[in-house]
Amino acid sequence: MQTPLTLSGDAERLGQPTGIRRWLTTTNHKDIGTLYLCFSFTMFIVGGLMALIIRAELFQPGLQFVHPELFNQLTTMHGLIMVFGAFMPAFVGFANWQIPMMIGAPDMAFPRLNNFSFWLLPPAAILLVGSLFAPGGATGAGWTLYPPLSVQMGPGMDVAIFAIHMLGVSSIIGSINIVTTILNMRAPGMTLMKMPLFVWTWLVTGYLLIVVMPVLAGAMTMLLTDRHFDTHFFNAAGGGDPVLFQHIFWFFGHPEVYILILPAFGIVSEIIPTFARKPLFGYRSMVFATCAIGIVACSVWAHHMFTAGMPVAGQLFFMYASLLVAVPTGVKVFNWVATMWEGSLTFETPMLFAVGFLFVFVVGGITGVILAVAPVDVQLQDTYYVVAHFHYVMVAGSLFGLFAGTYYWLPKWTGHMYDERLGRAHFWLSMIFFNLTFFVMHFLGLAGMPRRIPDYPLQFADFNMIASIGAFGFGLTQLLFLYTVMKCIRGGEKASARVWDGATGLEWTLPSPPPHHTFAAPPVIR
Amino acid sequence: MTTTPTHLETDKANRAMRLKFILVVAIMFAFGYLLVPFYERICKVIGLRDIDRADEVKAAQMDTTRTVRVELDANVNKLPLKFRSETPIVNIHPGELMNVVYEVENTSDRPMTGQAIPSYGPQIAGAYFRKLECFCFTKQSFGPREMRRMPVVFWVDPELPKEIVTVTLSYTFFEVEGNKTGSTM
Repeated sequence: MQTPLTLSGDAERLGQPTGIRRWLTTTNHKDIGTLYLCFSFTMFIVGGLMALIIRAELFQPGLQFVHPELFNQLTTMHGLIMVFGAFMPAFVGFANWQIPMMIGAPDMAFPRLNNFSFWLLPPAAILLVGSLFAPGGATGAGWTLYPPLSVQMGPGMDVAIFAIHMLGVSSIIGSINIVTTILNMRAPGMTLMKMPLFVWTWLVTGYLLIVVMPVLAGAMTMLLTDRHFDTHFFNAAGGGDPVLFQHIFWFFGHPEVYILILPAFGIVSEIIPTFARKPLFGYRSMVFATCAIGIVACSVWAHHMFTAGMPVAGQLFFMYASLLVAVPTGVKVFNWVATMWEGSLTFETPMLFAVGFLFVFVVGGITGVILAVAPVDVQLQDTYYVVAHFHYVMVAGSLFGLFAGTYYWLPKWTGHMYDERLGRAHFWLSMIFFNLTFFVMHFLGLAGMPRRIPDYPLQFADFNMIASIGAFGFGLTQLLFLYTVMKCIRGGEKASARVWDGATGLEWTLPSPPPHHTFAAPPVIR
Repeated sequence: MTTTPTHLETDKANRAMRLKFILVVAIMFAFGYLLVPFYERICKVIGLRDIDRADEVKAAQMDTTRTVRVELDANVNKLPLKFRSETPIVNIHPGELMNVVYEVENTSDRPMTGQAIPSYGPQIAGAYFRKLECFCFTKQSFGPREMRRMPVVFWVDPELPKEIVTVTLSYTFFEVEGNKTGSTM
C-alpha cells in the first residue's frame, strides 16, 4: 500500500503541472471527478437562482418582477440547466471518483477523453446561460423544446441547440468511458455479480445514455435544419408533424429521467447497508430490477403525450407499460426497507439523506403511477401536479441521493470528517423546505393551475405563497451545504481509512484521502 | 483465476470496445431519423392522416328532431389569398346532405398552389363529420388574380352526441411549394 500523500505532494513528486494547468490538463479520475462536482454545484446554484426568480414572481398573483417572455425563458433555462448542467455532470463526477476505486482499477479507461468530456461542459454552459443575452432572449419553449415554438424562436434557440449538442457529446463520451471502465478494468476476481450496486446502476445508466443521447442529438439537428435549412420535419405546412418531435424527444426524454435516478438508487444502495450494518437485502434482485428499469424505460415514452392525440390502443399500451415500471422500482424500495429491518441503525447525515430520499421518492413514485393512468393524466396534464411529481423524483430522488453520496464519501475524498451537526441541520432544513415548496403544488395542480405561467387567478394565491417561502428557504439551505463542504475540505477531524464502521467495499481499504494514484497493482478480491 | 492482463492488453480491449460504442452511437443517431418515415407509416396504417379522402356514403335516417348549427370558418397561413365561406353559418338536421360554397381569390400577381387543411371544433365532432366532396382533398392551383368558387358536400352523422349543438368546420389554406408533391420528407 502506498503512503498517503497530499495531492500537491504527489504532483510534485511526479513532476506534473501544478496550479491552474494541473486542472486544465489533468487526466486523473479523482481530479476530473472533483471538477465535475464543482461544475455541477455551480450550475445547481445558477439553475436554483432562476427557480427563485420564478418563485418570487409567483409569490403573489399579478406581474411583479419579470415579463412573461422572460418568465418563460427562465423556466426553460432552469429545466435545461438542472438536467444537463447540474444533475448529469454530478453523477458523472461521482462515477469518476468512485468507480475506479470501487472496482480496483488504476484510472478510467480513457483518461484523455475523460478530460475532454469535462472541458466540453464549461463552454456549453456559458453558451446556454449566455443565450439569455441573445437578441430576443433565450429560448422560452420549455426544456422539452416543442415545435412549433422552438422553430419560431430567435437566435437564443440556436445557441441552446448548439449547447445541447455539446452537452450531449460530453455525456456520450463520458458514458462510453464509464461503461468501458466497468466492463474492462475490473480487478481480477471482481465478477459482474460482485460489483457494488453503484457500479451496476452506472453500467445500466451508461448504456441508456449511449442509446438515447444520439436520438436527442438527431432531434436537435432536425430542429436546426427546420429552422435554417428548409426541411419540414416538424412543420405542418410543409408536410411535417410537430407531434413527431414529441415522439422523438420523449424517446430520449423518458430514459433520461431514469438516467437521472438510477445512479441515485446506486448511492442509496451503498449507504443503507453501511448504516444498517447488514449486507444489502436481495442483491441479485436489485441488479435485475436495475436492468428491468433500463429496458422498460425505452418503451414508455408516449405517456408524456396522452393529450397529444393518440389512438386508444396506443394510450392503453403506454399506460400499462408505464405502470409496469412500478414493479422493479417497488422491488428496490422493499429491498431497501428490508435491509434496514432489524439492522443496527444509526442516523448520520448520509443515512438521514438516504432515508429521506426513500420517503420523498416514494411520494414522487406514487404520483407517477397516478399520472401514468391515461384518463387521470388527461385531467392533470400540464398542471402543477406534474410539476410537483417530477420535482419529488428529481429533487428528492436525484438531489437527495447526491447529497447522501457527498456526505458518505466526502471524508474519504478529503481525509476530514464533515461537521455532523451542520450536516444534520442541512438535512432537516432541506427536508422541511422541500416539502413546503412542492407538497402544496399537488393541490394547486388538482385545482387546475397550469404550469409555466407567470400569473394566476386569486384562488391559487395562498398555496403559491407557501411554495415560494419554501423555495427561498430551500435555496438558502443549500448555502449551508456549500459552507459545510468547504469547511470539511479545509480541515476537521481526521477520517480513518474505513470512515464508517459498517462500510464494506474496496474504496474503504484505501487511506483517506486516497493517494493521487490508487490500485496501480490490482487488489486481491476475497 | 486468470492472470492479470497487461496494461497494453487492457488498452487494446478498451479501444476495441470504444469502437463498438461509437458504432452504436452512430446507429442510434440514424435511428432518430428513421423514426420519421416510421412515424409516417404508422400514421398511415392507423389512419390518423386520412384527411384528404372522401368519406363513404352510408344510408342514414335523417334526424329531424334536432338541428345542428354548423359554422364554416376559413383561414389562410401567410398567403395572399382571400378565402371565405359564402354562407358562414348553416343549420342542418343530422343525416341531411348539405352543399356549401367557399370563395377563394388570389390577390397577388403570381400563380400559387395550396391545400386547405380542415379541423373541427369540438374535436370529437370530427369523427361524425362526413365530407363527400371537398376542395381540400386535392391541391388547388390559382392563376394570378384568379377567383374561384369551390364546393363542399357534407352531412353530419346522426350518431353525433346529443350534447353537441354547434360544430365548427375550419379550413386553413397552406402553400404547397412549386410543383413538389405533398410531403417534402
